[in-house]
Amino acid sequence: MIAFENLGFNYGGGELLSDVTLRLAPGSFHFLTGPSGAGKSTFLKLAYAELRPTAGRVSIFDRDARMMTRDDVALCRRRIGVVHQDCQFLDHLPVATNVTLPLTVANRKGNPQDLTALLDWVGLGKLADALPPQLSGGERQRAALARAIIMSPDVILADEPTGNLDWDMSLRLLTLLVELSRMGKTILVATHDMNLIRQAKSQLAARVLRIQNRRVQLAGADL
Amino acid sequence: MKPNHPALLAPVQLARSLFARDRQADRVVPPSGFTAQLTLFTAGAMAFLAVFALALSLASGRLADRWASALAGTATIRISAPPEQLDTQVAAVVALLATTPGVASSRVLDTAEQRALLEPWFGPDLPVDALPLPRLIELTEASPGYDGQGLRLRLAAEAPGAVLDDHTRWRRPMAQAAERLRLLGALSLILIAGSTAAMITLAANAALSANLPVIRVLRLVGAKDAYIVRAFVRRFTLRALTGAAIGTLIAMIGVALLPQADDAGAFLTGLGFQGFGWLLPLLLPPLTAMVAFAATRYAAFRTLKGLT
Repeated sequence: MIAFENLGFNYGGGELLSDVTLRLAPGSFHFLTGPSGAGKSTFLKLAYAELRPTAGRVSIFDRDARMMTRDDVALCRRRIGVVHQDCQFLDHLPVATNVTLPLTVANRKGNPQDLTALLDWVGLGKLADALPPQLSGGERQRAALARAIIMSPDVILADEPTGNLDWDMSLRLLTLLVELSRMGKTILVATHDMNLIRQAKSQLAARVLRIQNRRVQLAGADL
Repeated sequence: MKPNHPALLAPVQLARSLFARDRQADRVVPPSGFTAQLTLFTAGAMAFLAVFALALSLASGRLADRWASALAGTATIRISAPPEQLDTQVAAVVALLATTPGVASSRVLDTAEQRALLEPWFGPDLPVDALPLPRLIELTEASPGYDGQGLRLRLAAEAPGAVLDDHTRWRRPMAQAAERLRLLGALSLILIAGSTAAMITLAANAALSANLPVIRVLRLVGAKDAYIVRAFVRRFTLRALTGAAIGTLIAMIGVALLPQADDAGAFLTGLGFQGFGWLLPLLLPPLTAMVAFAATRYAAFRTLKGLT
């Protein structure tokens, strides 16, 4: 799905990531951990071509990210659902319209019943007509997750998706991600919440990656 | 050349972008009151000015053509001589003109015609017969024309009291002035179009900057640049079209209400459009829309290039 080969990245103020080689296999579930500022968000942005590597290469669906045109990137993102900690919405449009935005920009018609089922699945069935500023942090995260998966993407990337949530809400979001993994989606979650990782590992075979000294390593059993 | 280059835009593409049903694309950009009003006002004001610049240019052109065609090809010979020699010199000049290459015809103005020429200054009761007025001979130039210098020399030899006035002295500066006014009018139209493009580009840039979070969300969920650009372009183009239509309408009413030339007989009263000329201002709203389309498209693509 997404492969990193000898990847390096620097912002101009020193190297943030170096010599990273990793492959996200179809249907896999990965956590990405590391201290704040280690490069977790950068790694995710490289995975959906928001950033381009300064060394090595990133292949997204077998295409070199550096060779992609802007339209290619847009088409790729239709196959990648992204959830951010500070998820952004079009605040002037209701939740239902925001959730169906990926379908709208792809000029695809959604089934209203599917939308209702999806909103119910993430627990936002009664908030379909609410505006995003009216949602709580947890509701925003779940709305972002619904928006990320409405196109039935192959890959879901989540950057600190539970950062603003209490434990109960975090578990609820994790349950949704686990269900998606069981549907065969490839999932990468960047988080520093070890409890969340332990909880997930009790439910499915998730691999844990750690960014340390600019490199991405497979974490041991110390979690 | 890239396919999105404004120079490649076809009117069909403009129409399709404007009128294609794309309400969803429209809705993704939040309504922005300030830039909407700015674009509407700018397009309206510029179209209003453009109508007057167009009227000025057309009126100047008509004037230049009228002066040039009315005076071109004619000349006057004025004969001032003692009364006993006047008829002799007139006959000599007429005979001379009949043999001058480049002169198609000549005609001695009679007393009634001379009175008509003087009437605007001295009134209808002028005793023309009692005044020592010069005699006037009007000649019409053939093609190719006569040699003015040669004719003057021959006149000096045959009729010492005859003076050739080929109107060039005063006709040329007037025709040149009218021609320059026409050019200035056309230049004003170009400047107005440029100013409109600049103002709409600024307004579009302001709208794009204000909506960067919206654009980022759209890119994140897989929107192509063309989709995002279309949302902005459509909105700005329609605003410009509406503003220009209003400005043009008001200006045309203003021009229609100008006093008629018959009433005052001055140049300024001839500023109105004539005949099919009234259709020309109607081109301004679609032209403004095309300018807005190109300006917004250029601004939008430039902004998007800076985003991932």
